[in-house]
Amino acid sequence: MKFGVVVFPGSNCDYDTFHVLQNVMGQETVFLWHKEHDLRGVDCVVLPGGFSYGDYLRSGAIARFSPIMREVKKFAGSGGLVLGICNGFQILLEAGLLPGAMLRNKNLKFLCQHVHIRIENNRTAFSSAGHRGQVLRIPIAHFDGNYYAPPDLLSELEKNKQVVFRYCDENGKLSEEANVNGSAHSIAGLINHQGNVLGMMPHPERASEKILGSEDGKIIFRSMIDYLEKKRGTGKKKATRAFRPTVTPLPPLIGTF
Amino acid sequence: MIDAKTLADHNLTREEYELIVNLIGREPNLTELGIFSVMWSEHCGYKSSRVHLKKFPTRGKYLIQGPGENAGVMDIGDGLAVVFKIESHNHPSYIEPYQGAATGVGGILRDIFTMGARPVAVLDSLRFGPLDQPENRSIMDGVVSGISGYGNSFGVPTVGGEVYFHECYAQNPLVNVCCVGLARKDKLFLARARGVGNAVIYVGARTGRDGIHGATMASAEFGEETEHKRPNVQVGDPFKEKLLLEACLEAMARDLIVGIQDMGAAGLTCSTTEMAAKAGTGMEINLDLVPQREAGMNPYEIMLSESQERMLIVAEPDKVEELKKIFTKWDLEAVVIGKVTDDERLKAYFHGQLVIDIPVKAVVDLCPAYRRPARTPAFLRKVTRFRLPEMPSDLNQVFLQLLASPNISDKEWVFRQYDHMVQVNTMVLPGADAAVLRLKGLKKGLAMTLDGNSLYTYLNPRRGGQIAVAEACRNLACAGATPIGVTNCLNFGNPEKPEIMWQFKQTVEGIAEACRRFEIPVTGGNVSFYNETEGKAIYPTPVLGIIGLVEDTSRVPAAGFCGAGEVIILLGENKEELGGSEYLRLVFSEEKGQPPALNIEKEKRVQECCRQAVRAGLVRTAHDLSEGGLAVALAECSFKGPHRIGFQVKLDDRLRTDALLFGESQSRIILVARKDKARKILALARKMKVRARIIGRTGGRKMVIWHRKKKVVDQPVELGYRAWKNSIPDYFKVKKT
Repeated sequence: MKFGVVVFPGSNCDYDTFHVLQNVMGQETVFLWHKEHDLRGVDCVVLPGGFSYGDYLRSGAIARFSPIMREVKKFAGSGGLVLGICNGFQILLEAGLLPGAMLRNKNLKFLCQHVHIRIENNRTAFSSAGHRGQVLRIPIAHFDGNYYAPPDLLSELEKNKQVVFRYCDENGKLSEEANVNGSAHSIAGLINHQGNVLGMMPHPERASEKILGSEDGKIIFRSMIDYLEKKRGTGKKKATRAFRPTVTPLPPLIGTF
Repeated sequence: MIDAKTLADHNLTREEYELIVNLIGREPNLTELGIFSVMWSEHCGYKSSRVHLKKFPTRGKYLIQGPGENAGVMDIGDGLAVVFKIESHNHPSYIEPYQGAATGVGGILRDIFTMGARPVAVLDSLRFGPLDQPENRSIMDGVVSGISGYGNSFGVPTVGGEVYFHECYAQNPLVNVCCVGLARKDKLFLARARGVGNAVIYVGARTGRDGIHGATMASAEFGEETEHKRPNVQVGDPFKEKLLLEACLEAMARDLIVGIQDMGAAGLTCSTTEMAAKAGTGMEINLDLVPQREAGMNPYEIMLSESQERMLIVAEPDKVEELKKIFTKWDLEAVVIGKVTDDERLKAYFHGQLVIDIPVKAVVDLCPAYRRPARTPAFLRKVTRFRLPEMPSDLNQVFLQLLASPNISDKEWVFRQYDHMVQVNTMVLPGADAAVLRLKGLKKGLAMTLDGNSLYTYLNPRRGGQIAVAEACRNLACAGATPIGVTNCLNFGNPEKPEIMWQFKQTVEGIAEACRRFEIPVTGGNVSFYNETEGKAIYPTPVLGIIGLVEDTSRVPAAGFCGAGEVIILLGENKEELGGSEYLRLVFSEEKGQPPALNIEKEKRVQECCRQAVRAGLVRTAHDLSEGGLAVALAECSFKGPHRIGFQVKLDDRLRTDALLFGESQSRIILVARKDKARKILALARKMKVRARIIGRTGGRKMVIWHRKKKVVDQPVELGYRAWKNSIPDYFKVKKT
């Protein structure tokens, strides 16, 4: 499968996400430059974490106007798979691809720490490799991750099972303490009604290698690959090419095309 | 005409002024005087410290670049180089904590990427006044937010460091930031204006009136007028810095750059004169072409502005167009403002007139160096001679008290505000002895740590300096790493006072000796003098940043206990040493005695033994002993493990119990291993002539220590954990009324 990682000015998890998709998950991965209009034939678009355009206004508020986002919207509109991680989630909210908004964390501080999230709905393209109720250990790193939606929207999201991940403790229990940023209904990850756009505050790319302490994040990427393979499998069955990248300690030049 | 007041405003003496007149053969104009004042300031010119800094060893087997460049460079094999440096931003952080700290991070990041390296980690050493005073909390909150705001946005992980509290920092907080970068060894860049006729290009943010005289400000004591100095502090823009990083690295990768230097302290002045002086060339620039944030700036302001996120590049004329294209792609300005000349002079034009015409060597290389008088402080005799107070009856309670001391307690409140995982390399998270980064695709990794104990240095500067080196190396040994290079930040009071100068000299000699014995070169760093407010100086505070190489990252031990029933081994010897300890300070309010003795040969053997045990895969947990001694180190192992396992330890040393539990004797490390491996560790220690013994086992929910058949510590892990965990956050809790 071919993944595209969007590079906005100020994205800083772009190479991390690229590294995991290409070097850990073995998928062909390309960077998509924010000024471009071409999605380069990718099967899935990932909006990575960071501080797009500095996030001096509301997080993600400027990024949604970038040329590439017009294409991402079209792509999502036609059923393409889109994952937004952290700042990517904030951008999806600002772009109207997902409902709701983000507030400052409840303690008004940036928070970087491992958290536990529970899979609420495993019948999605982003969570099918896990099971319902499964607890994942994945880090967060954000200032504005306190999800907000008005009550009627929240009940609609719940009714449609659009809440995919919720903050919980290590045993899967919800609590005010475990809901570190104060999100409504402890929401950590949200999918659109059509089921092809997911936003999540935790960083699965930071929990995809044993040496970094957790591999739970791979469940998200695995699910996406499974989904795409199944989708493609209905047509011509194409064996996934064994992709053998050379891993280097220094990233390649980002945004050079 | 330059009068006495103008000279005083520029922090120049009459003799220095006469020297300037001599060197340039006439009276300088105001702009030229400004240039000399800032380049000859203590901050840029190192005039009080230079003669002493020469004592540092600067050669070593991994060394590529020693002092004199923007940062030090070490060879780590596989075609890679590690680039690192520490710098202080103390004065600005006191005046405006958020921006002061933020631009401290920004400045050191530029020092690293200007050499062609991608910043991969930041560590910071922070010192504040006690947290029970609201103004200290406010400074700390601002500083931590500033570091967080800049580093997180830029996308560099802040992976470690230290936080200390002491009365002496109440009006002189210290913010020392160390950055580590990774580069290809064959793609390193230097600050050289080579090639007569080459273009001089200004890139990055526009020049504004901010930060004028920042370097001069950092070269004087503070009085009551500090509030007025706020405009001297620059404002940081991490987003612009991130773009600048990507654009510069891209231009470097495409071989478009001859030389490059960031505009930090002394801005355009420093970068133009230094680049030319180092290359033996000159430079001619047109100040009208410098991108400016506001209209009506005069040459003085343009040359001395310390606006952030700017770089000066020298490139061949035919590469300029391609270079501009890259900067445009990253939405940055790149403007040719002049060219490299062969007359070894800096010439600048403004509105068609020649406004600066000075020899660059005079500015850069001929700054006077002072061998200032030094005198042993009188207070030393009073504080080092003292008798140990009587031992408190309830050491079990003292144990909890120590765990809750902000100097010992958990620092998560600080580091969880930092993104410490971005770039997905951080293997060992903040809070351990050393931070460890894996290198993608390689077996090896990098370990790094910052260390310094100013109470030791106050009581005995030479030994304090030595211990700072030894302890930093010990931290690295606990990760199985070999120390390869040193950077240091020396924070002191006013060097014009002989007592301060004596402290400085002694500390430098102590550090130099230890580095020589550990065979690690000092690759650079920073001296911050005048850390005095209203005549009160900080304790002498050297901060050592040491980089280590980890051969095999899969063998790095955990910082906490991993499981129950494991064997706890103590390497090294317990001694009756309580001088300068956190215990004495906290329980008896005594800052007295001699800091613990250090035998460097013994220290090296203990570290080597630890390293070999780690590399052989024998060690599950390793932790060095420092503030709070053995009891605190054991408790930290409990708290830092995933399951918070307790321990049972039995000791029979013939020492005072308080010295045994809380004494800070050097050269000691706790190793934890499974039973069969423990035997191997003991055998290894015997072979290496290191004292090692089994002192207990992990397990249970309690922390228990016996001394000669008497139970002296017995506390539930959870109780201790809460004391340790909540200490700092509790100070910042909003009080509900």
